[in-house]
Amino acid sequence: MQITKEKKIEMLRSMLLSRQFEDKLTELCKIEGKIPGMMILCTGQEAVGSGVCAALAPEDIIISNHRSHNHLLARGADPNALMAEIYGKRTGCNKGKSGTLHLAVPEVNALCTTTVVGGGPPIAVGTAFAQQYRKEESVTVCFFGDGAADEGSFHEALNLASLWRLPVIFVCENNLYAGAQRYEEHTKVKDIADRAIAYAMPGEVVDGNDVTAVYRAACKAREIAVSEKGPTLIECKTYRCHGHGEADLQLYQPKDEIAAWVEKCPIDKLRDEALSEGLISNDAYEEMNRKMNEIVENAVRFAEESPFPSPEEALEDVFVSSRIS
Amino acid sequence: MNQLGMGQAVNQALREEMMRDSGVFIAGEGIGVGIMESPMLPTFGLLKDFGPERVKDTPVSEAAIAGLAVGAAAAGLRPVVEILFSPFFTLASDMIVNHAAKLRYLSGGKSTFPLVVRIKNASGHGAGCQHSHNLEAWAAHCPGLKVVMPSTPADAKGLLKSAIRDDNPVIFIENMALYFQPGPVPDEEYLTPIGKAEIKRQGKDVTVVAWSNMVGLALRAADQFSQEGVEVEIVDVRTLAPLDKETILASVRKTGRLVVIHEANRTGGFAGEISAIVMEEALASLKAPLRRVTGPDIPVPASPPLESFYIPNEENLISAIREII
Ligand SMILES: Cc1ncc(C[n+]2csc(CCOP(=O)(O)OP(=O)(O)O)c2C)c(N)n1
Repeated sequence: MQITKEKKIEMLRSMLLSRQFEDKLTELCKIEGKIPGMMILCTGQEAVGSGVCAALAPEDIIISNHRSHNHLLARGADPNALMAEIYGKRTGCNKGKSGTLHLAVPEVNALCTTTVVGGGPPIAVGTAFAQQYRKEESVTVCFFGDGAADEGSFHEALNLASLWRLPVIFVCENNLYAGAQRYEEHTKVKDIADRAIAYAMPGEVVDGNDVTAVYRAACKAREIAVSEKGPTLIECKTYRCHGHGEADLQLYQPKDEIAAWVEKCPIDKLRDEALSEGLISNDAYEEMNRKMNEIVENAVRFAEESPFPSPEEALEDVFVSSRIS
Repeated sequence: MNQLGMGQAVNQALREEMMRDSGVFIAGEGIGVGIMESPMLPTFGLLKDFGPERVKDTPVSEAAIAGLAVGAAAAGLRPVVEILFSPFFTLASDMIVNHAAKLRYLSGGKSTFPLVVRIKNASGHGAGCQHSHNLEAWAAHCPGLKVVMPSTPADAKGLLKSAIRDDNPVIFIENMALYFQPGPVPDEEYLTPIGKAEIKRQGKDVTVVAWSNMVGLALRAADQFSQEGVEVEIVDVRTLAPLDKETILASVRKTGRLVVIHEANRTGGFAGEISAIVMEEALASLKAPLRRVTGPDIPVPASPPLESFYIPNEENLISAIREII
């Protein structure tokens, strides 16, 4: 499958925005009292969300997890609203109710971000069911980590999705760690993609640091899903370059392992490819980088200048005020 | 008016709402083809009449069933899913407690989750504690959930129709013993509002607050007191959340005496909540200490004499009333 120049540039831009956004967060969360709560980043894993989302149509749905920033930005969420939410501000995409961990952006069909490990797959079954029920030509993507594949809910969801041939793409972001546990310490099977066999669906391992490989796999899975052939499990092998959260000192991650993976940066890889293929000039790349930086700086300014919600706003949004006809 | 059991009334509600709104579908274990086929059961005949696209028999996968509801609701359908027996709520509870109840709030009011989880309770049949544990107080403890527990076939029908049209997640708990106790159900279409108690019997001397299967028992006890010249008022709360505390308080202010009865065990049961509300807001009206009549703090035992010991009966209620008049 040929990937167009535009697609490659789109993915490069998407990864860069995500990296700039998170590099900024790394910086901000070191400032005492600036950002509330935990800070969980996907630095180095950008090829997964950016590659998958590049294969999607606007009506497709994504379900995300605690490591969501890249998924949401790649899906087109407004960086200002995301940053403001991370700051806990009223102008945040969820009015300060979700913070960094549960960002929901229904405007771009990012319908649910759940931090319950394994919470996403059953919900993806539901959204994909709705798509099938309405005979839409759309799919649901569910992002989750290697740790989530240890949860029972993952297995129930794969079985049901396969049984009903639901249009869902299960994207396992295997970043080699679940908390402080290295992959071999929590799962026996070598490839999580092999679990697809147990549910009679296609399973594919891809290089999760190669955005074009991820994109190709997602296009294929999407094609299978919309032609009513059911779900696919894609395992993207990648690496968690930061700790589980920014407070994590990474004492259990070997330094040379981290260094080796930092070398495999997915952004550098695509940039080098684009440069050598003449898709982009050095200047144009630098310009793009500067642009992304500007977007992030604007988002930070927007967040900082935005007001906090007033305390009583905590009481809003629990229920829909009843609209019974 | 027709004489119907509660299962038949639920069946009518499902039928009418499925006919009215093509976004309504039902799913659960054995709701299409079950091991028991009886016209007294809630989903009897629905597969035949609505087809397998809208009547989804699921695998034994409570997390996936509840996730199906959450996702499908997020994507715009109106799922009505069934949890076979109330203790299996625990297997579905992550999806209900952490997702259905919270995702709207987390979205800052952007998303809605119009779903119904029908839960059957099997007490009274010697099925034992893993089929008969009343968990309504757990559900009512979760902000974001509505909890409905009808006592009559007519209420069950009207409340379920309201629940299906409600834009919030509703937990609808059916006591299976009531499937086989016919009662009048209006012929014409009607809705029963969620959050409104009903005085099932007027009285001036004692208030009994009850729901589900305890209402019928309370009515019988009241008849007996009536012969002695003591008039018992019976408040059927019908929904625990939202709770119609005004009706409870007005009744207590009138009678000055209160007994709350439920089948669930005592500690942490919902009678405690109602008692606290009355103490906070109507203490001055109380002429005697209030009383709770509940199951004891034990798992529901299986053997008939043991189970009868567990489930509150008329005698328990009568002696509680005698203590305070
Ligand atoms: C049900 C549940 N158990 C435990 C946790 C705590 N927790 C948060 S993230 C995490 C590790 C998840 O690992 P993985 O799924 O591989 O995702 P990653 O963090 O590596 O992206 C754990 C255990 C949780 N959020 N939810």
